[in-house]
Amino acid sequence: MELSSTWYLVLSVVMFSIGTTGVLIRRNPLVMFMCVELMLNAVNIAFVAFGADLNHVGGQISVFFVLVVAAVEVVVGLAIVVAIMRRKPGASADDIAVLRG
Amino acid sequence: MSAEVVFIAAALIVMVGSLGVVVARKPVHSALFLVQTLVGVAVLFINADAHFIAAVQVLVYAGAIVILFLFVIMLLGVDKAEEWGVEPIAGHRMLAVVIGASIAALGLTVVAWSVDGATGKRNPSGLESSLDSDVSDVYRIGRVLFSDYVLAFEITAALLTIAVIAAVVLTRDLPDEDRLADLEPASMELPGTTPVCVDDNGGVDG
Repeated sequence: MELSSTWYLVLSVVMFSIGTTGVLIRRNPLVMFMCVELMLNAVNIAFVAFGADLNHVGGQISVFFVLVVAAVEVVVGLAIVVAIMRRKPGASADDIAVLRG
Repeated sequence: MSAEVVFIAAALIVMVGSLGVVVARKPVHSALFLVQTLVGVAVLFINADAHFIAAVQVLVYAGAIVILFLFVIMLLGVDKAEEWGVEPIAGHRMLAVVIGASIAALGLTVVAWSVDGATGKRNPSGLESSLDSDVSDVYRIGRVLFSDYVLAFEITAALLTIAVIAAVVLTRDLPDEDRLADLEPASMELPGTTPVCVDDNGGVDG
């Protein structure tokens, strides 16, 4: 059993589906964000594995950009969560069903 | 052989952590499990010779993003355990597990059927962008990032600026009754001068 990119890809697939299940199951918006982070990290593992396979640094560059976009997404998402929680303390994802304040 | 051992150990850490994020009842516990997962992913990056990315992973994810999550959890006081008994839509939890399992099955099928993992052309050795060239990781990423990917890099900078402005705008707007009334005039007074009250018409009362 030689360590190959297939191992990384299998781990990435399993982790991605765990993240998807978490987004669908949980109702706390913060935990849903964390599950999205799980999915992004799973994709990062796949990027690094593919980059190593193709002997190209582009996989790592992609991980770099995914990291930046994840940080931006967390900043904006948490700002929205803070704004919602101010108006409706203790709101879950089901309480935010209308598109007005 | 040691690479396999490291991979299995890190994969176990990652799996336990990501299951913990989904299963933990309190958001704080989810955040701590998320730290565990992210550190495990960083170990996997080191194992795959992506040292710079591993360092950035620890700094940005564990150091900044999870701390931001914890700040929001603590400041908002949303650290209430979620009741597992309540199901807003009948059977939606079961359905979610089925959907997750089918996504896993789909991905695993693709991985199992594909020959040698990735498809495409292997980058020839000796180029600046090839991973087996004899330069350091940071040098290679820096060279390629500021030449081939410089447009994406600039757009990223704009994206970060927009995100900062968006965060300020989104969290700034308070309803009037929530505003702290005593924050406004007191700090503007100079010591030793008599306070001057300005009424609505612009006139000045002694």
